[in-house]
Amino acid sequence: MRKIFLLPARFWMALFFAAPLAIVCAYSFLTRGDYGGVELPWVLENFTRLADPLYLAILWRSVWIASLATVFCALLGFPLALFISRAGRRKNLYLQLVLLPFWTSFLIRTYAWIFILRDTGLVNTVLMRLHLIAAPLQLLYNDGAVLLGLVYNFLPFFVLPMYATLERLDPALLEAAADLGARPFATLRRVILPVSAPGLVAGSVLVFIPCLGAYLTPDLLGGGKSVMLGNLVQNQFTTARDWPFGSAASLALMLASALLLAGLMRSRIARELM
Amino acid sequence: MDPMQPVLELRRIVRDYPGHRAVDHVSLALEPGEFYSLLGPSGCGKTTTLRIVGGFERPDAGDVLLAGAIVNELKPWQRDVSTVFQNYALFPHLSALGNVEFGLRERGVPGRRDRALRALDLVRLADKRDRRPAQLSGGEKQRVALARSLVLEPKLLLLDEPLAALDPALRKQMRAELKAMQRKTGITFLFVTHDQEEALSMSDKVAVMNRGAIEQFGTPEEVYLRPATRFVAGFLGAINWFGQAGVRPESTRLAREKPEGLPCRRAAVESSLFLGNCVHVNAALDDGGRAIAEIPREQNHFREGEIVWMHWDPAAELRFE
Repeated sequence: MRKIFLLPARFWMALFFAAPLAIVCAYSFLTRGDYGGVELPWVLENFTRLADPLYLAILWRSVWIASLATVFCALLGFPLALFISRAGRRKNLYLQLVLLPFWTSFLIRTYAWIFILRDTGLVNTVLMRLHLIAAPLQLLYNDGAVLLGLVYNFLPFFVLPMYATLERLDPALLEAAADLGARPFATLRRVILPVSAPGLVAGSVLVFIPCLGAYLTPDLLGGGKSVMLGNLVQNQFTTARDWPFGSAASLALMLASALLLAGLMRSRIARELM
Repeated sequence: MDPMQPVLELRRIVRDYPGHRAVDHVSLALEPGEFYSLLGPSGCGKTTTLRIVGGFERPDAGDVLLAGAIVNELKPWQRDVSTVFQNYALFPHLSALGNVEFGLRERGVPGRRDRALRALDLVRLADKRDRRPAQLSGGEKQRVALARSLVLEPKLLLLDEPLAALDPALRKQMRAELKAMQRKTGITFLFVTHDQEEALSMSDKVAVMNRGAIEQFGTPEEVYLRPATRFVAGFLGAINWFGQAGVRPESTRLAREKPEGLPCRRAAVESSLFLGNCVHVNAALDDGGRAIAEIPREQNHFREGEIVWMHWDPAAELRFE
């Protein structure tokens, strides 16, 4: 009986997850067709090409930018989550505000940042009207803009699990720490942070992995100059018409994310989270 | 230091919550080295009083003095008292030893490993020092919480219903242990409970609280045998009301014939409960009230519905204005 109820989900997963994944796997071992598409023979070349310094540099950039975005999300998100978890009756209001950006499309929100950051945008206009700067600042189309876009878009993914962990934190633990002689900062460092480490890890994973594969934000805010792994994959399927190499690159990205997750699952922190 | 200087003195403490006064002009002085209880029903203000002493809440009026100094403005980490919390509040990420070391580290006490090990030894948990709280039983957690506070050698230990979460058998055993611990360390204990048996059996002195105020402060014998108010009489064990006189069930006797020269009431037996060491006979009084007589089981020859005379020694009467 239970199997019957699982059938739709199984069908869905088979059709939209397993099948495309199998296709990508197969493509990654095939040869590029002249006008896109794939041809025989089977080769390993697509994977060996990934070791090219050019692509390793892109991989490194992606890891670096995704790491920075994760660190900034944690620095902004932890105090925010702590504040919300202790906000009493206003908790739900603040949580709604954190989720408010999701009411608008990801694409539109990213375009909005272009209007804010471009030469004739909000920031530059205000600064110039106030005569604080003579010429527009180059705020768009650099790594900073990409980082800003990533942190902005993924902050809620950090705040929500962090909030869920901090919300469960027994207030008596904080009183016990104070009672035993800990000042507020010591309580934060020696009680709140270690006890909420699972939320910190969960939030970081939820930010880091999508940031690693992000392509829309670097594309729009990085102006094509700030290439990340996601853009590499996208380019291979569109302009470069090299589907096999694009498939190999996307598999490498998935593998990197999966290894990272597997490593975390085996860690002590993850076991406590479960 | 003056040996008679109170460890803790509360002077007309008031604490208001929206809509009601949780603590209403409470004054109390605790002498060094004694075991004290704050006893009362839930919502009587005993926990709030304890939290004010610990520094977790501020009094709206009145003064808190520790060893003669006013500490109203001091934060919990600045006060020489420690609290054992109701649900222990052990740090889940630290071992038993780590929990006991926590306060020593924060207060910069030298030789903390040795001190912490000795404290764990005192509560007989030396062999479980590496266990996390999740791997300890309720009674063991309780003892870690106790060691964590005692290791700091506070002048005053506050205990907020620490036995409430334990099962009944363990609770009775912990009573004796707590009392022994208090005598061994010489630290003043202030123990909050709603369980009158707990308060009576462990304390040198009991403060009975009701509606935010202390109704009586005295030895267990005083509050039980000479209760100052009707509330104290009723809260510390059962009591039969015969008009203005209150008589404990164990002082209430039963007879088939009207006794000569003794105060008595006519009643109808409703039921008798066999309690092992004695029998409780419940009876309906002629005036509509109810009363219980606790009698030895060999005297229980009363049948349901039988008309009896409840009588008592006038010396056993508790009278209130």
